Amino acid sequence: MAVLGSVTLFSYVARPQFTEVGYSPVQPVAYSHKLHAGNLGMDCRYCHIGVEQSAHAGIPPAEVCMNCHARVKKDSPLLARVRESYESGQPIPWVRIHRLPDYVHFNHQAHVNAGVSCVSCHGRVDQMVEVRQVEPLSMAWCLDCHRNPAPFVRPPELVTRLDWQPDRDPAEIGRELIAARGINPPQNCSACHR
Amino acid sequence: MSEKAKRYWRSLGEVADTPEFRQWLEREFPEGASEWVGSRRALLKLMAASFSLAGLTACRRPEEKILPFSKGVEGYVPGQPVYYASIMTLGGLATGVLVESHEGRPTKIEGNPEHPASRGAASAFAQASILSLYDPDRSRTVLREGRRASWEEFEAFVQQHMQRAGKGEGLRFLSGAISSPSLLALRAYLLDRYPRAGWVQYEPLGRESELAGIELLFGRPLQPVYRFEQADVIVALDADFLGLDNLAPVWIRDYAARRRLGTPQDSMNRLYVVEPGFSLTGANADHRWRARPSEIGQIARELARELGVNGLKVLGSGSSHPWLAAIARDLQRHRGRSLVLAGPRQPAAVHALAHWMNHALGNAGRTVSYTQPVVRTDMAGLTALAEEARAGQVDTLVILGANPVYNAPADADFAAAMKRVPVTIHLGQEVDETAALAVWHLPEAHYLEAWGDGRAFDGTASIQQPTVAPLFGGRTASEIVALLAGYEHRRAYDIVRNYWLTQWKGPEGERTWERAVHDGVISGTDFTPVAVTPDLRRVQGLLNEPALPVADPEVVFVPSSATYDGRFANNGWLQEAPDPITKLTWDNAALLSPATARRMGVENGDVVEIESQGRRVQMPVWILPGHADGAVSLALGYGRKRCGRVGRNVGHDPYPLRTSAYPGFVRGAVVRRTGRRYRLVTTQEHHSMEGRPIVREATLEEFRAQPDLIRKQSAKTELFSLFKEHDYSQGYQWGMAIDLNACIGCNACLLACQAENNIPIVGKDQVRRGREMHWIRLDRYFEGDPEDPRIAWQPVACQHCEMAPCETVCPVAATNHSSEGLNDMAYNRCIGTRYCANNCPYKVRRFNFLDYHKGLQEVQKMVFNPDVTVRMRGVMEKCTYCVQRIEEKKIKAKAEGRRLQDGEILTACQQTCPAQAIVFGDINDPDSRVSRLRRDPRNYSLLEELNTRPRTTYLARLRNPNPELASQEGS
Amino acid sequence: MATVSQPAETPLVLGGLTPAEVTRRVAGIVEQKTPRAWWAAFAFTGSLTLVLFAMLGYLVTTGIGVWGNNSPVGWAFDITNFVFWIGIGHAGTLISAILYLFRQRWRTSINRFAEAMTIFAVTCAAIFPLFHVGRPWRAYWLFPVPNEWSGMWPNFRSPLVWDVFAVSTYFTVSLLFWYLGLVPDLATLRDRARTRARQIIYGILSLGWRGSARHWNHYEMAYLLLAGLSTPLVLSVHSIVSFDFAVSLLPGWHATIFPPYFVAGAIFSGFAMVVTLMVIARWFFGLHHLVTMKHLENMNKVMLATGLIVGYAYAVEFFIAWYSGNPFERFAFLNRALGPYAWAYWIMVACNVLVPQLFWFRRIRTSVPAMFVISLLVNVGMWFERFVIIVTSLHRDFLPAAWGMFRPTWVDLLTLAGSFGLFLTLFLLFVRFLPMISMSEVKAMMAAEETP
Repeated sequence: MAVLGSVTLFSYVARPQFTEVGYSPVQPVAYSHKLHAGNLGMDCRYCHIGVEQSAHAGIPPAEVCMNCHARVKKDSPLLARVRESYESGQPIPWVRIHRLPDYVHFNHQAHVNAGVSCVSCHGRVDQMVEVRQVEPLSMAWCLDCHRNPAPFVRPPELVTRLDWQPDRDPAEIGRELIAARGINPPQNCSACHR
Repeated sequence: MSEKAKRYWRSLGEVADTPEFRQWLEREFPEGASEWVGSRRALLKLMAASFSLAGLTACRRPEEKILPFSKGVEGYVPGQPVYYASIMTLGGLATGVLVESHEGRPTKIEGNPEHPASRGAASAFAQASILSLYDPDRSRTVLREGRRASWEEFEAFVQQHMQRAGKGEGLRFLSGAISSPSLLALRAYLLDRYPRAGWVQYEPLGRESELAGIELLFGRPLQPVYRFEQADVIVALDADFLGLDNLAPVWIRDYAARRRLGTPQDSMNRLYVVEPGFSLTGANADHRWRARPSEIGQIARELARELGVNGLKVLGSGSSHPWLAAIARDLQRHRGRSLVLAGPRQPAAVHALAHWMNHALGNAGRTVSYTQPVVRTDMAGLTALAEEARAGQVDTLVILGANPVYNAPADADFAAAMKRVPVTIHLGQEVDETAALAVWHLPEAHYLEAWGDGRAFDGTASIQQPTVAPLFGGRTASEIVALLAGYEHRRAYDIVRNYWLTQWKGPEGERTWERAVHDGVISGTDFTPVAVTPDLRRVQGLLNEPALPVADPEVVFVPSSATYDGRFANNGWLQEAPDPITKLTWDNAALLSPATARRMGVENGDVVEIESQGRRVQMPVWILPGHADGAVSLALGYGRKRCGRVGRNVGHDPYPLRTSAYPGFVRGAVVRRTGRRYRLVTTQEHHSMEGRPIVREATLEEFRAQPDLIRKQSAKTELFSLFKEHDYSQGYQWGMAIDLNACIGCNACLLACQAENNIPIVGKDQVRRGREMHWIRLDRYFEGDPEDPRIAWQPVACQHCEMAPCETVCPVAATNHSSEGLNDMAYNRCIGTRYCANNCPYKVRRFNFLDYHKGLQEVQKMVFNPDVTVRMRGVMEKCTYCVQRIEEKKIKAKAEGRRLQDGEILTACQQTCPAQAIVFGDINDPDSRVSRLRRDPRNYSLLEELNTRPRTTYLARLRNPNPELASQEGS
Repeated sequence: MATVSQPAETPLVLGGLTPAEVTRRVAGIVEQKTPRAWWAAFAFTGSLTLVLFAMLGYLVTTGIGVWGNNSPVGWAFDITNFVFWIGIGHAGTLISAILYLFRQRWRTSINRFAEAMTIFAVTCAAIFPLFHVGRPWRAYWLFPVPNEWSGMWPNFRSPLVWDVFAVSTYFTVSLLFWYLGLVPDLATLRDRARTRARQIIYGILSLGWRGSARHWNHYEMAYLLLAGLSTPLVLSVHSIVSFDFAVSLLPGWHATIFPPYFVAGAIFSGFAMVVTLMVIARWFFGLHHLVTMKHLENMNKVMLATGLIVGYAYAVEFFIAWYSGNPFERFAFLNRALGPYAWAYWIMVACNVLVPQLFWFRRIRTSVPAMFVISLLVNVGMWFERFVIIVTSLHRDFLPAAWGMFRPTWVDLLTLAGSFGLFLTLFLLFVRFLPMISMSEVKAMMAAEETP
């Protein structure tokens, strides 16, 4: 009885909504996605190069920052850490925000090429000064989409357009794409657990 | 889910860099709580959560860092494995490998498809070598008389020491077999600089007698290069060419190519084996006879007489063995398409006879050709060196990657010899028996850490390229030699590159070098066969030697399937891999035939003392049906006194019995009972099929006569299922077919699986309790006469049943059927009731009874495959058909918007299988190789009467007995 | 047993006890000063219980590997003990429910005892399925609780999930049934209580029972309903437990005879346990007048009957193994009788089939020492029955290469011993603090016997 009781309480309290969403740690460098991705309109893939060819989207090397910041704001104290890293070769210890357990194998390549936009999982990063987790990233949440992908599928070339507003029902577009490109999100255990 | 919840988390973020416990406190009480005063309900939730979740990470999430490069690396994408071509050398001979590397750490070895020795296959030793790279017990520092020292100190020492070297009078080198062109060049350079210096190459399992025999016959030492795919009839005289005397996986491939039948009408080779022990080759023979090792010579002579070839007057004829005549006739029928081999344990005379027979049968140039030797080892040279040392004529002894104190012949008494040498320098990967006696010990780099080169059995040269910087600051033999010789280049990379660029003059050089490094093969470097003419007089003499009188028991020294000659003793994967024949793990034993054991009055586990030439060792007995009577087989490479924690004092050391006079076998030993017992551990306790149609067999004739007799072997019953069948109308449907006729029973698949799937080592005690974790079992059954049985193999992994008994009984749905027919296992859902394992008729599920990954050091974790979850204690696991490989390839194909092609996905076991016995693919596609095999009349599924409908099916084993002998053998 | 129910023959209460005396005798046990012997016994069983907890702690922190279980023998002592204890639990409900519905008056003086036993036995049983899993901290996944992380539910095709429901229901209903029966007696204790503490505790427990006609009316109604409710459970629980094996495909497990066979076996062992304990209690607390030889004899008759059923089941298994012509099945049973675990098999046959035959003789049936020894042997035999079914079937199944042996570790043995410790400790507490004989029912029965 007691077991059942605490279990039920647990299953209510420990809902991902309470435990994961909203996580927004302080990063070593005060990098603003809002500024870069939003106001400046940089494409996600400029920094997250792996996203189309690898499981991991990848965090950019300091080098990538320096591509611009060697000229732009070259002396800004906010960028000290970046310059230091670039010179010393010591990596910047970014704090992971969107974390899945070790037994979950998520693959960016598969999703992005299928036309699932960054926004579906990461939210409007282009409006976040400090990035925050907005979705529970729980298995049940993943399955919602894998069972009914239509509303979340868009033309692959638009995946990084976080602000994309289709002129008609996105689910309709999704259904057409799914039919056309033979998209069938797996629901097997082994799709994610190996 | 309220605003407050979010704020709560942000407040956590703010204490980012404070230590764990502070975070905990702050979360638990004041600051966190203060925010909650607003809503009592929320506060209660928080408290309830913190209590009911105590211990679970779900609530308090540990902060995780992501460390990107500070500068990007050209063409490198995080999360994408990179493959490098290299070579692994064993006994001096190179086999090509592909090294899979994740984020800069090598995790898996595959065979290099371009390389003539591997052709894509990798041996069990190659598969396991990756574990040795991350062995925490490897030598980490330079030692001077056992005390920590530095490379600088050593270099300084060499500087001043070599000044007194003069012409190298007292300078001696001892190394393993060397095929490396660059190192041999360095050696020449050194000997040129110190003309009076000496350099001995020693391998405990060298092949001196083979070269000597050929020299006897053809007048010069040559190395035979066999073409097994050309041979219709093979006669192996104590030659385990499929097993431990194998020089290249491609031998197995070529042999198996002639066992894999497309249609019943295809031809198949025939293998005759005469041997003392029970070898892999013997287990695969169509006809096998047991003989004492000393009898083999007589048998070779009699076979030669039976062949009675022209140009040779045969004194005396007729033979003690009626079957020899039949073999001789069979050989005669296949002139130019037959092959006679003698094993390295046999003396030169037997090799001479064997190759004379090949020549007489017109096989030379067809099934066997002769080239200059790739390696020249010299056991006599080693004993001579020990002589010199004892005589005090050696003042500097440099031992490069050899361990003579442990594995030199007993009569050399190397330990004593070494003590007489003032300066001994030992380069080795571990602080071993030799290092302990050396003045200087230098850590040696693993082959995956070092630049180098080497030649394959046929002479083909390859570049050995490192895939990771030396983990423990090791250096290569070439670097040490360069240092001692005062060579211009000091780094292995420069030494190797410089050597080859001098070979390839001109502008092309650079590009050739790059191609060589990239391909892992330097084309056109294989040795060209030389024409040979036998010296008949010599053979004449050999033919008429009298048979040796019986002197029982004879002791045979064989390599170990786990440690080879002892060098892999500290490799847990190999130690735990059951011996293919005995199924013993973590031990060697004195192998006896049942009859001999009865005569000696000993049983399994009795410790006996074996005495020979005044030397004694103690060994536990293991009774092996099919072993020759009056002989005892001892596997070398155990009982290491000084090595890592894994291999120390595992098994018993037979080297003390082995002398340079009789390195292969010795007659007239004495075996006494000691009355002591010793626990030997095996992974298979029962050896009979109990008359069940598990491994299905037929002879080639029977099969040709009625191809459906394989199918007929299982009971005909009307099978139906209560459960709804799955629908595979679109998409893929995976299946696997294993050809038992090709499978030779080597452990390559087992180790490949272990490396690919992060399978733990459990240790001797856990194996004794029946808890080994290997996902593939190589079931070995004896059949027929208990004294002289035949062996049948069957690799059994998860069969991925269509009607899987495990799926229905799991209470938490942790094992499910995938839409592609896989039997998925979700470790993170498993709670470990073990019900699935109980209900699995194949017993292929493995349970983590304890935390088998406990206490791993960081360096040991580096070997893990990041694509496969490391299973925790208390969950079930099993073969997944390498689902991580399936998913990887599927995602790739999807991204490219195409369907997978047949053969694109290779499971780990399939990829490495030297015999290519395993085929995996899509059975929805009627033209896929696996579909075609499933239509083969030899195809059957294991325990099909249970209607589990396995996706793994087997192709029955065929034997190809000689009709003349079939009758008298009754096989 | 129809004859037994005739109130005409030997009365169920001897010594011409008056209702008042019944109360005094029964309640007296609870009220008297705690006897030394009780403390001694409690100390012993208590420490055994601690051993159990220690073993479970060791198990959870280290892993199933501390047991002898292996591949192929995935289940051994754990599930053997589970089935054994569940079986023990059966007598209680049978006596209280079925005999109640059949108006078997002789049940009255033993049912409370047997019901208590049921609850304690099921408690012990419940430990094992819970702790035999590799990750006990995840065992709650066996229950259909909503899980928003994965949205996963249990696999309702799995007999283990059926077990969860069967056992938990059984436990709940038995508990209610037992407690309901206790209410009037608890009230009696409350009224007789001298110390404040007792008054309060028994007062709360007796739920304000005043014994008014309406109370009795509702009470009888509820009791009857619960009896009806738990009657099917007696049959269902062990049938479902038997499905764990019957539904699998293992030779030696996959048998349609299992449900009836298991139920009979359960009742068999249950009654054996009642006799064992009752004989002790009867002797120690001098309850000869309330628990008469007739009660004991009746239970022995039940044991004889169920023992015969079990023996028949053993025979049928062998016959079917031969008759089916299934080579695996044949081998499994030959291996049972002649294989490496033959000793266990023959212990089972001796204790469960041969020994109970002695009950054909009235003299043995009515001899307290004899029945004590026999009941003990039957318990041993029934434990081995489960061991034989589970281990011998698993250790040699289809592929000889995968065969193995099971050897228990000291943890296995101490855990088994510990479970007895827990069982007996609970029992000692029961006889100390609760009326072990249902006073109200006995008195009602006496009244019924007087009025023809």
